[in-house]
Amino acid sequence: MLAESLALSAALFAIGVVGVLTRRNAIIVFMCVELMLNAVNLSFVALSKLYGATGQVFVIFVMTVAAAEAAVGLAIIIAIFRHKQTVNLQNINLLRG
Amino acid sequence: MRYDLLIPSQLMGAMTPDLLLMGGAMVMMLVAAWRTESDDHQRTVGWGSLVVLAATLGAVLWFAFGDATAGQGVIAVDKFRWAADVIFLLAAMGTVALGMDHNTRDGITHAESHVLVLFATSGMMIMAAARDLMILFLGLEMMSIAVYVLAGMNRRSERSAEGALKYFLLGAFATGFLLYGIALVYGATGSTNTTEIGTRIMGYQLHHTAMLLVGVGLLLVGFGFKVAAVPFHMWSPDVYEGAPTPITAFMASAVKAAAFAGFFRVWIDAFSVLDFAWFAPVWWLASITMLVGNVVALAQRNIKRMLAYSSIAHSGYLLVAIETGTHLGAAAFLFYLIAYTLATFGAFAIVATLTRVNEQGLDIADYDGLWTVRPWLATAMAVCMLALLGFPIFGGVGFFAKWYLLQAALSAEHMLIPLAVLLVLTSVVSAGYYLGVVRAMFMKPRAEGAPEIAPTGKMTRLVLGITIAAILGLGVFPGRLARWTRQSVPVPPAAAAATATGQTASR
Repeated sequence: MLAESLALSAALFAIGVVGVLTRRNAIIVFMCVELMLNAVNLSFVALSKLYGATGQVFVIFVMTVAAAEAAVGLAIIIAIFRHKQTVNLQNINLLRG
Repeated sequence: MRYDLLIPSQLMGAMTPDLLLMGGAMVMMLVAAWRTESDDHQRTVGWGSLVVLAATLGAVLWFAFGDATAGQGVIAVDKFRWAADVIFLLAAMGTVALGMDHNTRDGITHAESHVLVLFATSGMMIMAAARDLMILFLGLEMMSIAVYVLAGMNRRSERSAEGALKYFLLGAFATGFLLYGIALVYGATGSTNTTEIGTRIMGYQLHHTAMLLVGVGLLLVGFGFKVAAVPFHMWSPDVYEGAPTPITAFMASAVKAAAFAGFFRVWIDAFSVLDFAWFAPVWWLASITMLVGNVVALAQRNIKRMLAYSSIAHSGYLLVAIETGTHLGAAAFLFYLIAYTLATFGAFAIVATLTRVNEQGLDIADYDGLWTVRPWLATAMAVCMLALLGFPIFGGVGFFAKWYLLQAALSAEHMLIPLAVLLVLTSVVSAGYYLGVVRAMFMKPRAEGAPEIAPTGKMTRLVLGITIAAILGLGVFPGRLARWTRQSVPVPPAAAAATATGQTASR
């Protein structure tokens, strides 16, 4: 089971990375980041079957941090939507040089 | 005093400064929310935050000059932690002081801007203390989440919001890599304690386990993002440009120093036995970072972007110190970190002063003839530029930082000679843009109809005075600081254990 879980976790992580790199909507990019974090959670849970509770404790922390990050991230996305009326990253290009 | 970190009360004792700062930050959060937003209230909270930071600094110094040690556990109690804490706290105090003046001028009345600096700083202190990847991750996120908000602090500015969005998305992306790296290292070794990881790699001969090596690679990518090493640097110029300038000063100095402190400790504690694997990647990372950072900085017309690329280049220099893997290299790393923090903070403080309302006047052309209208500011800026360049005497401590770094690189392994040569060559390239600013300030005439420069605030003057005095003073007497950094080097416990049992590490 362990190998399958780790393979699934790696696949989910890869999907998340590809999503972040290819999608252009800030919300979808953020969802892909969350997918990456949850893929890692799956790894931790699978590995904690082998090594004991540390992995599961880590998962609790990751979920807490991800929730805090979501609160701040969505607030930032709303802030940018107020200025631009869009959350498409292609239109967010004031800063360049 | 020797702390036994397995006993909760003693663990709390070993974390006194961190707990003091967090408690103080929460109290200040309440104070900030107590009254309606106004400029006076913003200043009150600013002063309160300075008091909290000063009290924490006092506690840190009490530990630093004491002889506290600790056994095995999730945090380290050593001189490296206190040295790093001093850097973060001083930079945070400067940021709050600058922020008070900046908020008044730009009409930002959120008192929370100072409180968030406190929260970010407590995250940094946790990072510098972490001896467990779980603690490291928590510290990193406490810092990052607070700084995401700080980057977007100026809600009226579109650039500020855009910088915050970019910082947030790429920061969270990097966190994903870091976390997956931690998971794989945990999978390969069965522990998240950095000391334990180091011993288990040695004990079970895990050196060539694929899972471990991939995990270390992902950790390197994650830390590469956080310290803005090329090719993971894309976010930093945009974010530095968009954020309010005092916050940029904070990000370029304290946040970067914290990322490096965490990076360095994990690398020394857990992975110094894997140096055969990371030697080449870090070598390339350091050389490309130095090269790209310095060359691209030449092309910048916006002073904040130029300083952002300069700080990328300095990440490259610091990576050279990590690459040496010697005691001398670690001391040079700490010394360089202090010198870099001082000079970068000073430079951004001056940019913050000269920026007009709503982040106008950031072109290097706006600094033409500054000497004729603001001679003291021009001189201070010149000192910071020369310190970043590593110029003798006038650059103060910057020269000795580069000198010790080169010494460490040349006395390490033979493969570091090309890196040392590259360091010198790219430093010569960097003269092109550092001296460009100096030339603009002192040798060009002030443009016709250049807008009046607002008077420098009292707090800003104080911060600048202290920073410049420190740069020049430490440049005259670098010996004390050098001795202190040599004593504050983190000792790799795995290597220490290996020599104790008669084995030698792979180097």
